[in-house]
Amino acid sequence: MNNKDLQNSKIIFNIIAYFILIIAVTMCAIPFLMVLSGSFSSNPAIVKYGYSIFPRSFSLDGYRMIFLYPEEIGRAYSVSTTVAVSGTLAGLLLMTMAGYALQKKELKYANAIAFFIYFTTLFNCGLVPWYMMISSLGMKDTLWALIVPMIGNSFYILLTRNFMRQLPESLTESAKIDGAGEFFIFIKIVIPLSSPIIATVGLFLALAYWNDWYHASLFIKDTSLWPLQYKLYKILSAQMAMSQAGAENFSNSVIPTEALKLANAVIATGPIIILYPFLQKYFIQGITIGAVKG
Amino acid sequence: MPVETANTVKISKTNAVLSFFLELAKNRVLYLMVLPAIAFFVIFAYIPLTGIYYAFTNYNYADGLFGSPFVGFRNFKYFFNGGFQSPVWLLTKNTVLYNLVFIFLGNALQCLMAILLTEISGKLFKRVSQSVLLLPYFVSYVIVGTIAYNIFNVEFGSLNTLMKSLGLDVVNVYATPHIWPGILVMFNMWKGVGYGSVIYLAAISGLDREMYEAAKIDGCNVFKEIRYITLPLLKPTFIMLVLFSLGGIMRGQFELFYQLVGRNGQLFPFTDIIDTYIYRSLTINFNIGLSTAAGLYQSVLGLGIVLAVNNIIRRINKENALF
Repeated sequence: MNNKDLQNSKIIFNIIAYFILIIAVTMCAIPFLMVLSGSFSSNPAIVKYGYSIFPRSFSLDGYRMIFLYPEEIGRAYSVSTTVAVSGTLAGLLLMTMAGYALQKKELKYANAIAFFIYFTTLFNCGLVPWYMMISSLGMKDTLWALIVPMIGNSFYILLTRNFMRQLPESLTESAKIDGAGEFFIFIKIVIPLSSPIIATVGLFLALAYWNDWYHASLFIKDTSLWPLQYKLYKILSAQMAMSQAGAENFSNSVIPTEALKLANAVIATGPIIILYPFLQKYFIQGITIGAVKG
Repeated sequence: MPVETANTVKISKTNAVLSFFLELAKNRVLYLMVLPAIAFFVIFAYIPLTGIYYAFTNYNYADGLFGSPFVGFRNFKYFFNGGFQSPVWLLTKNTVLYNLVFIFLGNALQCLMAILLTEISGKLFKRVSQSVLLLPYFVSYVIVGTIAYNIFNVEFGSLNTLMKSLGLDVVNVYATPHIWPGILVMFNMWKGVGYGSVIYLAAISGLDREMYEAAKIDGCNVFKEIRYITLPLLKPTFIMLVLFSLGGIMRGQFELFYQLVGRNGQLFPFTDIIDTYIYRSLTINFNIGLSTAAGLYQSVLGLGIVLAVNNIIRRINKENALF
């Protein structure tokens, strides 16, 4: 009888749990489906029937517009890719070097430096002085403004340090005895052993770069240097401003950009969604490392 | 006892300087390796601290930082003026209240999802739902704004399409300020629950299995397990995560608010937070002095709160404290 009760309560639990989870999953999935379906809808259908989960009338118009002028989207893509790749590599280099050095016991000022880095998370100068600094460095309207401000992150540096602390000292000690230099040890021994943390920080950094629109909004006026997300934002905000100004005025004219806008959104997020199944494992691993050791 | 003469003082000072350089020389490769990080923060965090001076000027681009007229606390006066209508009160109220809801509701939902995902039967459903729940974390806030627009748009938004099909009146969400706290909380949850649940899942997987075995032998069902074992054991984690988040309560979710609300002024009383105010003061109004003053307020208050929260954390569990 005891067993039957256990089974029954498990079934009830499963019913409740499935119910809640299915609602949550649906709420997470539907917005994406709508964006996807809208991008493949014909514009008149959107205007007439609104967005829906399945396109009411299938059309490639949205994408056609984009690929009619491929330079536009191509340029934004290349900006985003360049920034993401070089930023992630530069950032990883800076952060792994710092993390490795800071966990070395023989470094007298390691704790002082670590606090120096950490303090920036407690108190910062604010938007304006930071903006002025970047301007005065002449980085405005260049790719540097998109790359450099994000290559240092105190949380990731200290996370890397904590991770590397766990590596057995015997490895580096024996290499030292054999006469290897610090940097050599770093490259040949420590880096390969640190691949979990490098994967984690690298992925999060790349994601941050790819999704970044903020730096472009502050520093880039040259449209040929607009990254993907910012370009999408510009398209969207122009439309929102129009519709807020007076929706009634526009309801009779066909706004030809609904499907175009959604197609842009799909293209902007596409790489992430496509890579997501492959990278999910590493992200979850990374979040766990961060939570436990951070 | 050796007497401190002028000479011995000089010698010990020289010693200090010498040992500094000796240390640098001894471990020069290591110090070189940490140099880029140090340089980064010096350039982007410490030198800009001098820019706090902007808060005390009536800055104009022609005169630059030190040429602009010094106006003392005028910018702060403006920011603090007006009692309950003052920018400082409205913004702080919004920032803090939103963050409180984000933190408490967020952690509660993340914990709930983690527990459900752990105990549910059906491996495939578990994996698929975790993947889908985590998905919103990876899209940019621009996409979030796009999605919101898709839903709330007066013309073709799904909400109004639904209203029309039910024979109800169309709602202009972007002109209805008082529902926006709900909207912003919902989107924040949507974006973050998947991510946060991973942390709680990690915590749950670290719990001692033996307790659950023993409970099962005693005839404990799932609900009792959750109520008497899982939840109490998760309480410390929950409290820690909440406390850490509370330390950052003065920092709002800028991207979320800015992408959803944008420059829609009529929503500001319900949706404007310190960060969006500062951003607009800089980029739209070009009011450098006011923007810096607000930022200084945010940083100082933020520091105070972090120190206070850290004190609390230290009383509870010394190791988890930040310092």
